[in-house]
Amino acid sequence: MSEHFESRDLVIPGDILFEGRIRTGDNTYRRQGKVCASRIGLVEYGRGIVSVIALEAGYNPLVSDLVVGEVIDIELGRWFVDIDASVAAVLNVPDAIDAPFRPDIVMPEILDVGETIVAKVVDLDRRRTPILSILGRDLGKAEEGFIIRITPSKIPRLIGKKGSMVNMILKETGCEIVIGQNGRILIHGRTREQEDIVVKVVERIEMEAHTTGLTNRIQEYIKHMKEGQD
Amino acid sequence: MSPKPKKKKKEWKRVDDREWNELRPIKIESGVLPNADGSAYIEMGKNKVIVGVFGPKEMHPKHLAKPHMAVLRCRYHMAPFSTDPRRSPAPSRRDTEISMVMRHALEPAIFLERYPRSAIEVYAEVLEADGGTRCASLNAASVALVDAGIPMSDLVVSCAAGKYDGRLILDLGDYEDKMGEADVPVGYMPKLGKITLLQMDGILSPEELEQCISLAMEGCEKIYELQRESLKKKYGTEKEEK
Repeated sequence: MSEHFESRDLVIPGDILFEGRIRTGDNTYRRQGKVCASRIGLVEYGRGIVSVIALEAGYNPLVSDLVVGEVIDIELGRWFVDIDASVAAVLNVPDAIDAPFRPDIVMPEILDVGETIVAKVVDLDRRRTPILSILGRDLGKAEEGFIIRITPSKIPRLIGKKGSMVNMILKETGCEIVIGQNGRILIHGRTREQEDIVVKVVERIEMEAHTTGLTNRIQEYIKHMKEGQD
Repeated sequence: MSPKPKKKKKEWKRVDDREWNELRPIKIESGVLPNADGSAYIEMGKNKVIVGVFGPKEMHPKHLAKPHMAVLRCRYHMAPFSTDPRRSPAPSRRDTEISMVMRHALEPAIFLERYPRSAIEVYAEVLEADGGTRCASLNAASVALVDAGIPMSDLVVSCAAGKYDGRLILDLGDYEDKMGEADVPVGYMPKLGKITLLQMDGILSPEELEQCISLAMEGCEKIYELQRESLKKKYGTEKEEK
């Protein structure tokens, strides 16, 4: 029974984190009774559990995630949406227009290939294909704005504790921001300058996601940039 | 091309004045390609290799996808300007072989079963070649895979050992590779203690082969430390700001 690292140490795949009886958390695996890291990240020793907060990770869709995706294909009765997961997500007609599918529906008129949607993952089917829905508040086709991408593992930092970070950015810049759990961020501001600030802020958060006291530093950073523009 | 060997009788030194168990200077950098999910650049002596990793993403063509696991695809390619004389950019027999060898060497380290029906792609491009490019490519590829956030059980490290001038040596250069008696590239997972790549070119006695493998594994341990450093460097400098 021993911890091999300090909490919040940087670990690399293969590093032995713990020997003995303990549950394995995120991004870890068990090998010969030892718990090892499977991704690069910061190790966390909780009560009876060892996990790694990944610094680099692809998007793993989970039910109730908000995602920003692009329609890539249309089939009879469903759209395929690229959400940066290992497989494309499916959007069925009843989840898009709140009506059953009828053969006289012209699907490209509702959503065409290349269009961006803000959607929610409502289910994962038996083959773990994500099923989306665009019925609901603030969901649907994105008509305005542009998209930037960051590593999905850093999205929690961008949102902050109970949304503290994103609310601060919204208040300070006045932009509309939709943060998809899949790492795509939809930004729409009134002026180009506002949008520029958000892009720079998001880039900075991605760079410094693993450091502490980030929200306050970002707030000062925004103020500093605003003064520069005036 | 490497310089011709100096003929010193007293103290036996290698073509490039290295000790018999000395590696070439190695430089590894991770996250060099902004458009790839993960990437790495390695300089191993005069070898220069850049590796990009994409995925896990949907498998195309779809009929090649496996229902229970991801498919790892590797492409090893030498740039036309990487050798003297210029080489054809078309994939050669050798490129195809090394692509396959890389795939087999990396597969045991990756949790492929976590991404059914998808593909992970590894592209290694050799910008300058000086013997041991498959080892350099593998070293860079495992760093790039970690940088892409692909779940792995361990890093794969690779290093060659061989026989030149009747002596066993570590990390053969181009001249030693071509003029030497044997070349044994080894791929190794240091934390798991498993060998994932083992090839041999030339003639060695069984004892010599065993010595070569353990020599290459020693070299792998040294390279492993450099790989770790390169991965930590990306975050280390920012961590100090705390």
